[in-house]
Amino acid sequence: MSAAPTPPAKNRWSWRSQAFRALVYQVLAVGVIALIVWFLAHNTATNMRQRGIQSGFGFLLGTAGFDIGESLYAFDSGESYLQAYLVGVTNTLRVAILGMVLTTLLGTLLGIGRFSRNALVRGLCRMYVEIFRNIPLLLQLLMWYLFFTEVLPAATEAWTLGPLFLSKGGLNFPIPVWASGHAWAAWGLLAGVCGSWLWRGRARRRFEETGQPQSMFWAPLVWVFLGTFVGWLVGGAPTEINAPIRGEFSIENGGALTPEFLALLVGLTTYTAAFVAEVVRGGIQSVSLGQVEAASALGLSQGQSMRLVMLPQALRVIIPPMTNQYLNLTKNSSLAVAIGYPDVVSIANTAINQTGRAVECIALIMLVYLSTSLLTSLFMNWYNARAAIKER
Amino acid sequence: MSTFNAIAPRPAPQSNSGPVAWCRANLFHDWKTSAGTLLIGLILVWLLPRFFQWAITNAVWYGNYDTCHAASGACWAVVREKFRFILFGRYPHAEHWRALLCTAMLLGLILASCTRAFWRPWLVALWVGVLVLYLALMRGGFAGLRFVETDLWSGLPLTILLASLSMVMAFPIAVCIALGRRSGMPAIRSLCTVYVELIRGVPLISVLFMASFMFPLLMPQGFNIDVLIRVLAGITLFAAAYMAEVIRGGLQAIPKGQIEAAATLGLSYWQTQRMIVLPQALAMVVPGIMNNFISTFKDTSLVAIVSLYELTGAMGMAMNAEADWRPFRIEGYLFIALIYFVFCYSMSLYSQWIEAQVNKSKQR
Repeated sequence: MSAAPTPPAKNRWSWRSQAFRALVYQVLAVGVIALIVWFLAHNTATNMRQRGIQSGFGFLLGTAGFDIGESLYAFDSGESYLQAYLVGVTNTLRVAILGMVLTTLLGTLLGIGRFSRNALVRGLCRMYVEIFRNIPLLLQLLMWYLFFTEVLPAATEAWTLGPLFLSKGGLNFPIPVWASGHAWAAWGLLAGVCGSWLWRGRARRRFEETGQPQSMFWAPLVWVFLGTFVGWLVGGAPTEINAPIRGEFSIENGGALTPEFLALLVGLTTYTAAFVAEVVRGGIQSVSLGQVEAASALGLSQGQSMRLVMLPQALRVIIPPMTNQYLNLTKNSSLAVAIGYPDVVSIANTAINQTGRAVECIALIMLVYLSTSLLTSLFMNWYNARAAIKER
Repeated sequence: MSTFNAIAPRPAPQSNSGPVAWCRANLFHDWKTSAGTLLIGLILVWLLPRFFQWAITNAVWYGNYDTCHAASGACWAVVREKFRFILFGRYPHAEHWRALLCTAMLLGLILASCTRAFWRPWLVALWVGVLVLYLALMRGGFAGLRFVETDLWSGLPLTILLASLSMVMAFPIAVCIALGRRSGMPAIRSLCTVYVELIRGVPLISVLFMASFMFPLLMPQGFNIDVLIRVLAGITLFAAAYMAEVIRGGLQAIPKGQIEAAATLGLSYWQTQRMIVLPQALAMVVPGIMNNFISTFKDTSLVAIVSLYELTGAMGMAMNAEADWRPFRIEGYLFIALIYFVFCYSMSLYSQWIEAQVNKSKQR
């Protein structure tokens, strides 16, 4: 029996070694990228020096010198660029968060509508989706802006619906006058949420011990409302409301939303809802019919079968693309610059024009959006992990 | 002893075909459906005639702004008056035939590329040829044609140029990035991942701002690139990141056995990708790529913000030029919305058709 021929010794530094080749390729790739980055950075530094542009984020502390059309809190032109940026960020977040909530509601309704028994409902939902997602968002925003600023009547002839006034001046609505009782109500709400959380934990334990189904939705909701109501009562039950009234030239008092905000919110919501509707439709379609039939064979009501059988399975398919739609909505809110809503991009645009600090301002825009995107996807990943199939 | 008792004959089953049966099943199935039908029907009966009055019967089709101001309906005369400005923007009026010819040529090529007969190797050469011809004819400056600067290129030709060129250029970049993200080399994988996540995390508008404000700073002194090319590069890099994710999805769906089989046959990495992996992966993600195409087409409208006048920008310029026509901007907006809709909707129909074609091999 002859010994098996020994393979030739491997040379780790040979071109024939895959590991060595991989190392060379990676060193080359990183080197080329580093070279490009150095080249761009060098050019930028040279250009800035020659044009006398200063660099650094020091300008953020300088006086902004421009007014901002709307903000959640008071801002005047004497404050710093940093403050202006913060106003822009809060404006972006305000429209994005409201938009996410509204678009989820509208999109879900439209998505479910595609399964309606009524052919008119089905057809209208389909028409909505096809029209709204095949026209660029920018164009839709411009059209909504035109609607809110030119088609609507002047403030003196505002459309009225109960205490609401809709006119060229925006939407006016009643708001409660701030009183310490509202703070008490907020604390009560917090207590109610904690209470309902404890209730749900107890109800789940009881269900696992006894097998008796417990109220998992209505009872916690009662807890939340009860907490808020008790807090409000303890705070002295403030009922004063600041309602808008029709003045000589404009609508006075009450809370107000500007036409720019309304146009952006309505535009973003209606556009994104078309995509969300398709996501929801896909999710529902992915649950096989046998599941529904099995649920009704077990004697679950239609609502129970929807809540316990359909939704948990559909959500698994829905959540990842839904995250994408939320991120798209947030990024698309940057189109505000086209209709003059002071979001972070349009404030950065003003800052670029005033200070010429293009590099820093664009870096700030990107930072804001990157961190919002990251936070949203972290939250949605956490939620997705909860909704995912529990496998061993 | 039992006798045979015939049971009473049952009525014939209701017909379940034909318009009456369809209405019964889809509009008046039970009282809830019927109530819905009646409610929606009433709203439509109230709304549609008013819409038709505004859009058609009371509309002004011919005339000037005085007749428009007098009429209660839509003013389509504004589109008739301005359509050349809306479609071709600032391109010199006498040279519009060139823009029209170029657009027709490019559209024809795109249509041809959608049909099976043209899926041949020479299609790439045809694309290069047509694009060179397009750029030459739009630019002019030879054979007695007037030289037209790229600043003046605008309207529909610009929209179609931006959309098609950026998609064509984004495709190879996207394939490389998608392969890079699945590569075994950690440095290359992380470079590609960072690129994709960075681009997908920021809005297109910030990329366009970068192309228009920051690019001159990034280049050496005295080195100037046309704004059209800068914006085109911005859109391309942006679209490539999204397309790479779509393609990566296709790559992930290829069973590992395919790659192992290729390795057993002695194929190299690039041979495996070119002959085994990519043909299967790309066929799977054609609908996703079409969706990318549609969103890139819509995204080109954003270049209006960095002062390139494509369809949306040209339309805004046309409408704001004369104060008399300004009240009728809504008609202009509807007109270009229709153009966008026709393009995007036909692309999505095509994507459905091609999805059916791709799935043919899987049906038995």
